[in-house]
Amino acid sequence: MDNQLKKELQINACKVRMGVIEGTFNAKSGHPGGSLSVSDIMTYLYFVEMNVDAKNPQNPDRDRFVLSKGHTAPALYGALALKGFFPFDEIKTLRKSDSMLQGHPSMKMTPGVDMSTGSLGQGISTAVGMALGAKHDKKDFRVYTVLGDGEIGEGQVWEAAMFASAKKLDNLVAVVDNNNLQIDGTLEEVNSSYPIDEKFVAFGWNVINIDGHNFDEIEAAFKKARECKGKPTAIIAKTVKGKGVSYMENVCGWHGKAPNEEEYKVAMEELNNQLKDLEA
Amino acid sequence: MADVIKHATRDGYGEALLELGAKMDNLIVMDADLAAATKTGVFKAKFPEKFYNAGIAEANLMGVAGGLAATGHVVFASSFAMFAAGRAFEQVRNTIGYPHLNVKIGATHAGISVGEDGASHQCCEDIALMRTIPGMVIINPADDIEAKKAVLAAAATEGPMYLRFGRLAVPRIFDDNYSFEIGKANKLVEGNDVTIIATGLMVNEALMAAEQLKNEGISAAVINMATIKPIDEEAIIEAAKKTGVIVTAEEHNIIGGLGSAVAEVVCQTVPVPVLRVGVEDTFGRSGPAVELLHLFGLDAKHIVETAKKAVALKK
Repeated sequence: MDNQLKKELQINACKVRMGVIEGTFNAKSGHPGGSLSVSDIMTYLYFVEMNVDAKNPQNPDRDRFVLSKGHTAPALYGALALKGFFPFDEIKTLRKSDSMLQGHPSMKMTPGVDMSTGSLGQGISTAVGMALGAKHDKKDFRVYTVLGDGEIGEGQVWEAAMFASAKKLDNLVAVVDNNNLQIDGTLEEVNSSYPIDEKFVAFGWNVINIDGHNFDEIEAAFKKARECKGKPTAIIAKTVKGKGVSYMENVCGWHGKAPNEEEYKVAMEELNNQLKDLEA
Repeated sequence: MADVIKHATRDGYGEALLELGAKMDNLIVMDADLAAATKTGVFKAKFPEKFYNAGIAEANLMGVAGGLAATGHVVFASSFAMFAAGRAFEQVRNTIGYPHLNVKIGATHAGISVGEDGASHQCCEDIALMRTIPGMVIINPADDIEAKKAVLAAAATEGPMYLRFGRLAVPRIFDDNYSFEIGKANKLVEGNDVTIIATGLMVNEALMAAEQLKNEGISAAVINMATIKPIDEEAIIEAAKKTGVIVTAEEHNIIGGLGSAVAEVVCQTVPVPVLRVGVEDTFGRSGPAVELLHLFGLDAKHIVETAKKAVALKK
């Protein structure tokens, strides 16, 4: 990847992470851990991969995004705000009763959100439906969805996976945010979904394993996905839950807990330092 | 009775889909491996390019239907009522109801009249489940003509809907001149002593009950309530005022269905007794459909008995 682009993406990803902390701190609730693990992927999707336009959010030919792991909405909101769908400051209203930013994404309330999600396992089916819709109408738009690695315990994910390959939906990419932590512990401790890649291979998908924080690998994976014909692509992205905030990294407890004032200050200081280094 | 024309409401569903297939560009029909039974199969045979089979995966069926609707399609998604409203309830709630998408759920084989397949397939809870989803329209037609017209009306109306059809062939009540409107009840018989508000295959039983009651000197009105949500409050209030007692009749659990919906309106407007005929909070069982309907009290005889009890309450 071009170094300039990489730096821009890293800067934007850092800003997305600041939005995650800002939003969950002000809301006094929410899911920072999984939002931080998926921030790089969200940034790449909205700043490189997807054809979307904040000035025309309902363009029928736009690419679609479905956040199947809907609880990591703060990362989506950060990316949408940076893309201009709404002012970045709106993130401070996250989860408040007069906010357009719901705890989980709502397509009826937030510009740029293509599908309401939150109940795990359901988003991928709607993404599959959108990809089928594009094929049905002979349109070129592509559909992207991001799943949690714990989420794929939901049987519906595999119903959708079977359907997508049976219908040869090569305009669909599902990213699994493999941060290895779910609410009750590691994947292995709870009810292991490993091997994730082999499962998607068995369901007829084109499967690519990457480091979900490495923009070179992220770029290569999405390019390969575009080249693959006749099959949907699953990108299994190895990530760190809480990425970018030292005390949250790989700590299960930061799945669904907001930082307090002290923790907020530390997190913002760390992210600000990262941003300064990137912008230097 | 040899000249009574009988058709299942699911046949009306299939016919309407055929008609829509010829004139709607953005129509898509989906099924979950029950196309022959739900009658989407007749559509599939004529319009294979507008039909997708989800296989035995109702949760995904509803999600894919939601995604298709979000990309500008009018989607009819079919399965048996048990699996469409029961198994996939949360998918219907969260990925069709909450985003208010244009998906029409064509649920066949509702109620006890499924017959021999027994309790696991006899869904008497679907109306109750669907009623609790904000914005969901519920239509339970009385015969194949009404079913066909309801499907055509549904296709022309934006938003999520639950269309409830039966497996059993039932007597035809309406003719082609019948005009169906979503949300409008229609009075089939005038009466002064009691109003029977019925839905689905119980409408014909209500008509027979009204005849019998007439012979016994009781003047019973009959209202066909095809649309259960949004319910026609005006028609219910008028009936409550006029006859002072109401009997409801439905092939559904008496909890949460038409009877509940009518009682909710009545108790807040014109409080009068509402007696409910329906499945009395029990599971079904195997047997020939018509036999089962009698066994579970879903017949004219039980409506007559209940109507008499209702009239007695006025004294």
